[in-house]
Amino acid sequence: MSAQQHAAPAPIGGSLFNATTLVCGVLIAVMATIIVVRLFFGLASTTNVNDGYSWGIWVVVDVFIGSALACGGFCMALLVYIFNKGKYHPLVRPALLGSLFGYTLAGAAITFDLGRWWNFWHIFWPGYFNVNSVMFEVAACITLYIIVMWIEFSPVFLEKLGLRDARRQLEKVLYIFIALGVVLPMMHQASLGTMLVVMGGQVHPLWQTPVLPLLYLLSAITLGYGVILFESCVAASAYRRQVEVPLLNPMARVMLGIMAVFLVVRFADILLRGVIGEAFKPTYIALTFWVENGCLIAPFLLIGTTEARRNPARLFLAGIAVMLSGILLRLNGFLISFDTGPGWRYFPSVPELLVTLGIFAAEVFGYIYITRRFPVLPREEPHAQPARN
Amino acid sequence: MRTTRPDVSADGNPRRQFLKGCAAAGAAVAAGSVSTTAAARETYQRPPEALGLLYDATLCIGCKACVAACKRANDNPAVFSTADKLWDTPLDTSGYTFNIIKMYRSGTMTTKDDETNGYAFMKTSCMHCADPSCVSACPVTAMVKDPTTGIVAYDPEACVGCRYCVVACPFGIPKYQYDSPTGKIGKCELCRHRYKDGHYSACAEVCPTGATLFGRTSDLMSEAKRRLALQPGSVTTYPRGNLSGGPDQGYEGYVGNYKQHVYGETEYGGTQVLKLSAVDFEKVGMPCLSPKSSASTSETIQHTLYGGLLMPFAVLGAMTYIAKRNVHHEDDAPADEPGKE
Repeated sequence: MSAQQHAAPAPIGGSLFNATTLVCGVLIAVMATIIVVRLFFGLASTTNVNDGYSWGIWVVVDVFIGSALACGGFCMALLVYIFNKGKYHPLVRPALLGSLFGYTLAGAAITFDLGRWWNFWHIFWPGYFNVNSVMFEVAACITLYIIVMWIEFSPVFLEKLGLRDARRQLEKVLYIFIALGVVLPMMHQASLGTMLVVMGGQVHPLWQTPVLPLLYLLSAITLGYGVILFESCVAASAYRRQVEVPLLNPMARVMLGIMAVFLVVRFADILLRGVIGEAFKPTYIALTFWVENGCLIAPFLLIGTTEARRNPARLFLAGIAVMLSGILLRLNGFLISFDTGPGWRYFPSVPELLVTLGIFAAEVFGYIYITRRFPVLPREEPHAQPARN
Repeated sequence: MRTTRPDVSADGNPRRQFLKGCAAAGAAVAAGSVSTTAAARETYQRPPEALGLLYDATLCIGCKACVAACKRANDNPAVFSTADKLWDTPLDTSGYTFNIIKMYRSGTMTTKDDETNGYAFMKTSCMHCADPSCVSACPVTAMVKDPTTGIVAYDPEACVGCRYCVVACPFGIPKYQYDSPTGKIGKCELCRHRYKDGHYSACAEVCPTGATLFGRTSDLMSEAKRRLALQPGSVTTYPRGNLSGGPDQGYEGYVGNYKQHVYGETEYGGTQVLKLSAVDFEKVGMPCLSPKSSASTSETIQHTLYGGLLMPFAVLGAMTYIAKRNVHHEDDAPADEPGKE
């Protein structure tokens, strides 16, 4: 391997006021208003959730999909600190930042979806624990992971504030938090799949299987790498920086490997359970199944070769395809293929969609703020920095 | 984490390090699959003194006295589905309606309990499963199955309102009050709050034909089996009210043309509310469920992976060991530290 320099992370700098942050600010304000209405007048005042589809997009998109899309940090830590692939180190901080926002906002989002949110602390109070509940495991694990991630990320703030001693102390034990930051997401991302098991026959057989925890874990890992492809390309374009192709190229290969394992498990399971016929019926369920899996097969065509992986546009498209596939896996299981009986319908209301949009806006705004003010993204070589906005 | 940059100097061979990582991950997965058989959780059975209802659709005349009595017993408000809003007309169970009689309609609807060109009734209320999905799903023990009576009870003071119970139930029974900022889950609790006053389930108390009977599930099961063994069209005595105590309110009636199936005998390990019908159960909205409960599958997976937190700690130990080796400390070095690979 060629000896290569790791550029130290540095703040991007620049103004926080631009068209993007302004739009984000408006969306966040709209979201806050809708949440106030929801808290005073109940879920029906703002959402279309009902007893047939009691979990709408605030749960399925904001939490289940949002947290899975926030697996970049955990995936990079896995690669860098567990599999000791040091060359990817410059990708860790930006990925961790994305995860930090994704998870923190997912945690915030679930709070106002809870019908009796003032009792939320019961999840952490031993007298109320139900260790048989998949939801308990997910909730406890996600909360712990959010705390762990803030600790993992805190050197960035300590660095900025010049608290060198504190940082040195923290770094002596940081490996414990890095390990926790790998194990906790593995646990709850798998459990998010197990969550479907108790729903039994209400979930279509193409998405109801005892191997759900394995599928959801593998999917979360591929999503983590997919999001890094996407984020790196977007950040490079927005900040007029070079796309980190020399790092993304081999990382994308790792991603393809895990996707291949996922596809083998997915189809072996469907064949062994004898439900493959369901995928060939002329139904929208079969269609969405193939769109989901088509998005997972597409990256093999897009970036199957080393040569193709040198093309940032292909990396970007492959990242989007992987994200779509992971999003659909979850949407299909929890909403599209979910059937509680005749007469029930659900499509998110406008306020519901606006809150979800507001959460993503908050993530974008947070990412911009932190990368401009704190040392997250690697310092660019001067010649590669033509313009900053 | 500039200063926690990974370093290969501890071993010097990145490939060997990588393989170690793979081996640790593999060992963790293997540990998980070994404990699978040990942790398998069987489907629970009903407690011996379980209480329940027997609903016989062939006796039901659709008067809905049980719907009104349930409303009163549970202090629930009227729900309107007609323009004049004169009286309680719920179309389904909800956070404010725990019991309802639904109607099956076919073609000309001439004969009762006929699958084609007939009509039939079906009661919709909590089945009080032997192995309830809602109890397994609830993260904060707000849904509890009483170890003696087997009644699945709800505690709003514990509930966080996550509505996993609503999503998990195969019968669509726990329902939430979406119109309220302090909404609760609403479901039948077999009128357990009325037992101390000598009352029992209000729906069974008021049923004029004994279509809904209250009692111990074991007694109700014997009664259901007795009816299935009778000759359709013959005359028999039908009890009313409380089968396991109380005055004899029996009357003579004709035996219906039953499907030979006590719904709730084996479904998901059995339910404490049992049903008889002359029309196919799936056609009157009762789902076809295996004898193995989904709660047992879910909990088997959950305890295999997390039982005693053994696996998480084993994996955490391995990860901590590897991370400690791979995270390299250094002083506040300037930005020119070389990356190694």
